[in-house]
Amino acid sequence: MTAEINIQSGRKAGDGAAVLEVENLTVEFPTEDGVVQAVRGVSYRLAPGEAMGIVGESGSGKSVTSMAIMGLLPKTARISGSVRFRGEELLGRSENEYAAVRGKKIAMIFQDPLTSLNPVYTVGRQIAEAILAHNDVSKKAAMDRAVELLATVGIPFPEQRANNYPHEMSGGMRQRVVIAIAMANDPDVIIADEPTTALDVTVQAQVLEALEAARAATGAALVLITHDLGVIAGHADRICVMYAGKLVEKGTVDQVFYEPRMPYTLGLLGSLPRLDEGGRERLTPIVGSPPSLMNLPPGCPFTPRCPLAQPVCEEREPDLYATDAPAHLSACHFHEKLVGVSAAQLFRPTSVDTEGVTPRDLEVQQ
Amino acid sequence: MTAANVAEPAVSAGREPVLAVRDLVKHFPVRSRGLIRRRVGDVHAVCGVSFDLFGNETLGLVGESGCGKTTTGRLLLNLIKATSGEVRYDGRNLVDLSPSQMRPLRRDLQIVFQDPFASLDPRMTINEIVAEPLQIHGLYGSRTQGRDKVRELLRMVGLNPEHGNRYAHEFSGGQRQRIGIARALALRPKALVLDEPVSALDVSIQAGVINLLEDLQDELGLSYLFISHDLSVVRHIADRVAVMYLGRIVEIAEKEQLFTKAAHPYTQALISAIPLPDPRKERSRQRITLTGDVPSPVDPPSGCRFRSRCPKFANELTDAERQKCVDEVPALIDRGQGHASACHYAEALKLV
Repeated sequence: MTAEINIQSGRKAGDGAAVLEVENLTVEFPTEDGVVQAVRGVSYRLAPGEAMGIVGESGSGKSVTSMAIMGLLPKTARISGSVRFRGEELLGRSENEYAAVRGKKIAMIFQDPLTSLNPVYTVGRQIAEAILAHNDVSKKAAMDRAVELLATVGIPFPEQRANNYPHEMSGGMRQRVVIAIAMANDPDVIIADEPTTALDVTVQAQVLEALEAARAATGAALVLITHDLGVIAGHADRICVMYAGKLVEKGTVDQVFYEPRMPYTLGLLGSLPRLDEGGRERLTPIVGSPPSLMNLPPGCPFTPRCPLAQPVCEEREPDLYATDAPAHLSACHFHEKLVGVSAAQLFRPTSVDTEGVTPRDLEVQQ
Repeated sequence: MTAANVAEPAVSAGREPVLAVRDLVKHFPVRSRGLIRRRVGDVHAVCGVSFDLFGNETLGLVGESGCGKTTTGRLLLNLIKATSGEVRYDGRNLVDLSPSQMRPLRRDLQIVFQDPFASLDPRMTINEIVAEPLQIHGLYGSRTQGRDKVRELLRMVGLNPEHGNRYAHEFSGGQRQRIGIARALALRPKALVLDEPVSALDVSIQAGVINLLEDLQDELGLSYLFISHDLSVVRHIADRVAVMYLGRIVEIAEKEQLFTKAAHPYTQALISAIPLPDPRKERSRQRITLTGDVPSPVDPPSGCRFRSRCPKFANELTDAERQKCVDEVPALIDRGQGHASACHYAEALKLV
């Protein structure tokens, strides 16, 4: 265990020091058919107590990024770049050195609580196990703390519930147990990977409330990974949009939701049916499908699906450019063209199967 | 069951429904373990559901997992036998029909399943899958006629007919769902039961399938029973919406009515629980959070089934008022909100 800095005093100070800094993180998986570039140069800083959302479709690399940060990828993965927790490098640590951080300083919540809990131990014992792994306390004290944690995440009758096995609980309860385990050691960062995807909406609301309670109790910063833009809108301060292994847009939730400057983000927002809008306006799907992460061509990976695409997009992959607000970044050569543009103006409200075509094909057809 | 639940849905005046459902009930037996497998109870999956499905209309049926919405969809097509009740189509009660009597009616009533990976035969080509209903009903005609029909169907759902001799596994989820729709449309049905047709798809793909369903309805004059847990999709596509909880319809209304004047506490909680992709609205929203979990349908609460989780029951009502919730099943009637809801103390609330 390396030098323990006093985390309590630094918490929520807003002193500008980031708790988690990810710099140019790259993850590649060599396979028989070639190298899969799952994550291609992801960088972000997470301030203490901040909530950041990462949004993207299946296969965009959002989960792999967080698994790399937690050191949970298989040995075959080639990871480069840098992940620093309070200035200390995490990549390249041995398993033992990682274990000291994992669960203690950075905790993770996975999508499926049934696979992240052990079916043969009671939930109380599993929470206590997380406490005992990092603290020198008695089993009794750990169990008492486990009951306390169950109460914090809103589980009724925590004393009795601590003696339940995971199969005796509903999905929402189980996920709250996982949240209790994540907050057990008062972490500085909680990474939640699709924490509510498998749950019904009213249960999702309960679990998100438990997650907010956990953040309030620990003061932890949150990385919320999801494909649900609604969850991000309500629970994050900043948002990163991920596409084909890269962050393609970064900014505060207001900037990204109200003034998206990357055509992909605009397309995602335009393809969402809205609960708060009654009309039967046509939805605008994004044509084409996400690229294979094996042997990516040069240039912007969104080019084949992008209605703004120009020859330069096929040649040069854009960096994250600053838009009108300095903290609002977009990886698009033509981000200025998106000022004041709505999804309906840019994307076509088509209903044919577009997974194998490009915007240009569609124009020819119609 | 109470007679009150058979009440006519409020908006049926004047039009003749394609499908009329009255007091539909389905209980699944729960059996003991061991050799004899005694019947020890019933799962009350659907309990006295009544609604009408009109021509060229989309009725959204929403609710959470286990509320009986899928069972209702299947009862409608007689895919499972109802315990009691009535599904009236073309002057006949489908519940009483034998499978062979049902077969000619299957032309008019079709279903699209949720999981496009499980509902297509992996050993058949797409052409064969779409042609199968035509062959069974003797509508395939000569080989060239049949092939043209299949090509036309594939074109209709936005697929490239040249891909017809591929197998299902060669397609993505969105494309498979389109194949499922083509198969359902092959016999030119009048009504389609769509069981969570877009739930398994990524948003950008989902939008295309929703657009397709809207186009097909306009073109062919179809009626949809659109079963979904996603209220945002239902608000987009449906004309009327029925909300189910634990086997009962708790509220049914025109779409705009339901979303702007939700009267049942469960509908209100459901609407307020859905996150909006709009940060400003999200921050200022009124949230109604439910406590606890859905009770077991083997032993549902007496009276109003929602009372064990109802925020109104827990916080606002007096003991005398509560007693009514415990004793009396609330009828699905209009209590002054302009549409039917099954709550003794219904009050309209605008939440989005």
